[in-house]
Amino acid sequence: MGIDFDFGAVLGQWPLLLRGVLWTLGLTAIATVIGMVVGVACAWSRASGPTWLRWVVGSYVELIRNTPFIVQLFFIFFGLPAAGFKLSPEVASVIAMVMNLGAYATEIIRAGIEATPRGQIEAAVSLALNKVQVFLRVVLPPAMKKVWPAMVSQIIIVMLGSAVCSQISTEELSYAANLIQSRNFRAFEAFIIATVIYLALSVGARRLLNWAGPKYFFGR
Amino acid sequence: MKPSKRSFALALAALALFATGLAQAQSTLDNVMKAKRIKIAVPTDYPPYGSVDKTMTPQGLDVEMAQLIAGKLGVKVELVPVTSANRIPYLQTRKADLVISTLGKNAEREKVIDFSSAYAPFFQAVYAGKNLNIKGFADMGGKTVAVTRGAMEDQELAKVAPASLEYKRFEDNNATIAAFVAGQTQTLATSAAVAGDMMQKNPQLGAEYKLLLKDSPCFIGIAKGEDPLKAKVNEIIANAKKDGTLDAMAKKWLGRPAGDLPV
Repeated sequence: MGIDFDFGAVLGQWPLLLRGVLWTLGLTAIATVIGMVVGVACAWSRASGPTWLRWVVGSYVELIRNTPFIVQLFFIFFGLPAAGFKLSPEVASVIAMVMNLGAYATEIIRAGIEATPRGQIEAAVSLALNKVQVFLRVVLPPAMKKVWPAMVSQIIIVMLGSAVCSQISTEELSYAANLIQSRNFRAFEAFIIATVIYLALSVGARRLLNWAGPKYFFGR
Repeated sequence: MKPSKRSFALALAALALFATGLAQAQSTLDNVMKAKRIKIAVPTDYPPYGSVDKTMTPQGLDVEMAQLIAGKLGVKVELVPVTSANRIPYLQTRKADLVISTLGKNAEREKVIDFSSAYAPFFQAVYAGKNLNIKGFADMGGKTVAVTRGAMEDQELAKVAPASLEYKRFEDNNATIAAFVAGQTQTLATSAAVAGDMMQKNPQLGAEYKLLLKDSPCFIGIAKGEDPLKAKVNEIIANAKKDGTLDAMAKKWLGRPAGDLPV
């Protein structure tokens, strides 16, 4: 089969693509920030919280990690309105992404916390630091440092996973590519361009996070 | 001069290109007749045109049409389920020989594929709850509407509705309907058949017909340059129209005769 490429037909719709890129980045940024806070809180709960809290957090983590993202998203967008919670596609997407990243981040960060030597904690306690100080200043920074590469990968996975949010009409990059191809039937070109943009976004985001992590979260 | 490796590779490449050119010269109709099977794309999310029954077997007007065409050609039919958004790419990439999927004809589509004669009636409209006051397209300003991406409704609405109408586009009709039923959008633009099914199953919504978008009968989509196949399909449709098969199918699935269909 002969293929005539016409990238102009797709690139001519750049305002749509740009909007898509901004939505993808925006959703990912919000999901990353809130998801990491959730992850740290849940990791602490699972590592040293009271038993009932460990149980609750454990259920949350297992529930999210053992179900597909698209099912979680559909549950929030199509399921919750039946219970009276009506959410816009964008809010539903953010909630799904936060919950998803939160659960995976919990396990990643917990691995880092459990790898902290006991002696280090005992030393901190003997210096009269309280429980919160020990966690935030002694346990968390080296834990984050150890697991940062895994954390960055998970964030990238969530960013790429946001493509699924186009299914509930969130206007991110895949939605833009799909809309363009449904209008001018240039499916091959539209998805080649979307692929290249996703690749660039992933490489860029990875570099940014690899630079920002050591600078802001855990010293050198 | 000894032929270098490079010129040998070039010759091979040229030969490969030539070979694909030859393969392409053979028409789809010939291939179908030789293989004794035809791949026809049908909807499975668009009752009564195409849906699946309890045993997951495709059924509906489009499915019956596909079986009719295969039967008249004397070949086996292989049904390929498609959605509104991907049915034309399926034809372009030859994953299907024909598309019988409530396909409406418009200028944008005629640029990329060919159409047969029409085989069934079809119209699209806007639906909303009874309490929503919509008398004309101007009243849709500032409202939200659920549409299926790549469907005619999407394109037609853009021409007549005010710019302040907010579109929520979904991948297939099931998702579009689900969004409206869940109350995620105020209005719904879809075909009469799909909306009828939705209203019947969800009487609590109090949804009703508001505005006619477009009367657009269904055509069969054929890849560009497949004139023998197109001629054959048109012949089958013309015969079915004459002997009343099309009318009987429309009555069975849509509850009304096929009416006056454009050729």
